[in-house]
Amino acid sequence: MSGLDLGAPASRATGVSRFSRALPLPAGAGMARWVIARNAMAFRHGWVALVTGFAEPVFYLFSLGIGIGALVHSVRTDGGSEVPYAVFVAPALLASSAMNGAVMDSTFNVFFKLRYAKLYDSMLATPLGPRDIAVGEIGWALLRGALYSAAFLAVAALAGMVTSWWALLALPAAVLIGLAFAAIGMWATTFMTSWQHFDYITLAIQPMFLFSATFFPLSTYPEGIRWLVQATPLYHGVALERGLMLGEVGWALAGHTAYLVVLGVIGALGAARRIERLLLT
Amino acid sequence: MLVSARGLTKTFGDFVAVDGIDVEVRRGEAFGFLGPNGAGKSSTMRMIGCVSPATGGELRIFGQDPAVDGPAIRARLGSCPQADMLDEELTVQENLWIYGRYFGLTKAQTRKRATELLDFAQLTDRRGDKVEPLSGGMKRRLTIARSLINNPELLLLDEPTTGLDPQARHILWDRLFRLKRQGVTLIITTHYMDEAEQLCDRLVVMDHGRIVAEGSPRDLITRYSTREVVELRFDSDDHADHIDAVTGVAAASRVELLPDRLLVYTDDGDATSADLHARGVIPLSTLVRRSTLEDVFLHLTGRTLVD
Ligand SMILES: Nc1ncnc2c1ncn2[C@@H]1O[C@H](COP(=O)(O)OP(=O)(O)O)[C@@H](O)[C@H]1O
Ligand SMILES: [Mg+2]
Repeated sequence: MSGLDLGAPASRATGVSRFSRALPLPAGAGMARWVIARNAMAFRHGWVALVTGFAEPVFYLFSLGIGIGALVHSVRTDGGSEVPYAVFVAPALLASSAMNGAVMDSTFNVFFKLRYAKLYDSMLATPLGPRDIAVGEIGWALLRGALYSAAFLAVAALAGMVTSWWALLALPAAVLIGLAFAAIGMWATTFMTSWQHFDYITLAIQPMFLFSATFFPLSTYPEGIRWLVQATPLYHGVALERGLMLGEVGWALAGHTAYLVVLGVIGALGAARRIERLLLT
Repeated sequence: MLVSARGLTKTFGDFVAVDGIDVEVRRGEAFGFLGPNGAGKSSTMRMIGCVSPATGGELRIFGQDPAVDGPAIRARLGSCPQADMLDEELTVQENLWIYGRYFGLTKAQTRKRATELLDFAQLTDRRGDKVEPLSGGMKRRLTIARSLINNPELLLLDEPTTGLDPQARHILWDRLFRLKRQGVTLIITTHYMDEAEQLCDRLVVMDHGRIVAEGSPRDLITRYSTREVVELRFDSDDHADHIDAVTGVAAASRVELLPDRLLVYTDDGDATSADLHARGVIPLSTLVRRSTLEDVFLHLTGRTLVD
């Protein structure tokens, strides 16, 4: 160990940390990318998850599009056009898989790292702050989600289920859906203290998956519960994707986008704040 | 002065874990916190490591305030918490690589440093293995190696050898000596008096969140104990029965009662033993030994360090 040089210590007090001190934000050093890099490193040891994350929505697409599509020939969308069932359901599957992927990454994985692996404790002993951890974990969930969504879109396009050039924006939209759900999911996870609490997540996700105008248009729901459907985040994700992939573009899409952005920002701040409260005691 | 604390306090709800301690750690020394479980050592270390805000008092590390400059201070620190907290999803060398990046080192810097540190931690031949199957001693060495990735000026070690077998402890002590020789300032907590004696230039004895004594190991022993101790075990349930017979024996200044033995503090162990024999006090066993920090702790608090 004679060669171990004890020269100048590595310090990079960043301008970002100085800036964030002026705002009521949880501390961060602008180094969230290293949290992402760490996850990518760990992921190389478990790449099988990548295959399953991609395969699931594609299986859904073919079983629903081809199976149900044979029974239901066309659907009148809320935008007023008449489309084959597979074309109708593909955007909803894209939105749901963006949600599912984000929730998986930001709940199960984060819970394990937070409560068992103590990964964040060891990160907080370095210049990294709680905000870096929240942003990094959510960013990682988005990266994975973007990969799945891109693959899904390619398959859907090849199968002739994409009808508009607006569909190019479906990928960033899927990332936005991932952001909203990853952020809220991570925030919720910081309140969980046992694996049983994950039942609440399933309880929230499953009905949303089924009833967010995913498999049939909003107009088929009884008048009295439409507002409930429209209040769920997945509804806005589905509506956004459907608008883009079918080329039914209007101001409503801006509303859906805003809803998801707000959810993502609130979730990310909440998650960072909670990590600070839990670990920096 | 690398660390200075004035009236440093940490409370959890109503419970006072650290009760207004004053500490100064100088550059280049190995400084110890010696105390039993629950004394407040880890709470103190976490405050110095800038991962736990102080409830009260003043704390400066490198002259900076953790509440304001936490990330900048942590960039110059190495920290080995009581639990290893290694990244078990990564391999041994990946643990070092990614940790370097958390400190803002470049990839080249990190790789070079990691190679040196693997050698230092005697883990070069395990570098591609997952962390999980490593022995306790190896994990501890990897934790220390990881905490050195940023060339810290100050290394915090919270109970570095707790839970390790004697051989692993000696390997670890040897590594820590090397660091000390290279000029790294060490702050060590321990409830092992032999560890404190071996490693620390200066230490404070901590109990119930307070500092009860401060000095070099030699210093403390001279101040709070005698040169030697005669340990007497009797064939009886209650060693208190024998206190009277032993009190006032030659060269002795004090007798302490433990559940399983009497400790006679003396300047001359042989003279004390001979006098006991002359008095007709016949214990099952008699052991004459040097005073240790354990005796200091017993004298100061009336309790033993390890129960
Ligand atoms: N996060 C916490 N919440 C409540 N009590 C705590 C917490 N951390 C430590 N304590 C209490 O503070 C006391 C001192 O703990 P600690 O600093 O870990 O002591 P040591 O490291 O000397 O064993 C203990 O009684 C412990 O139970
Ligand atoms: Mg402790």
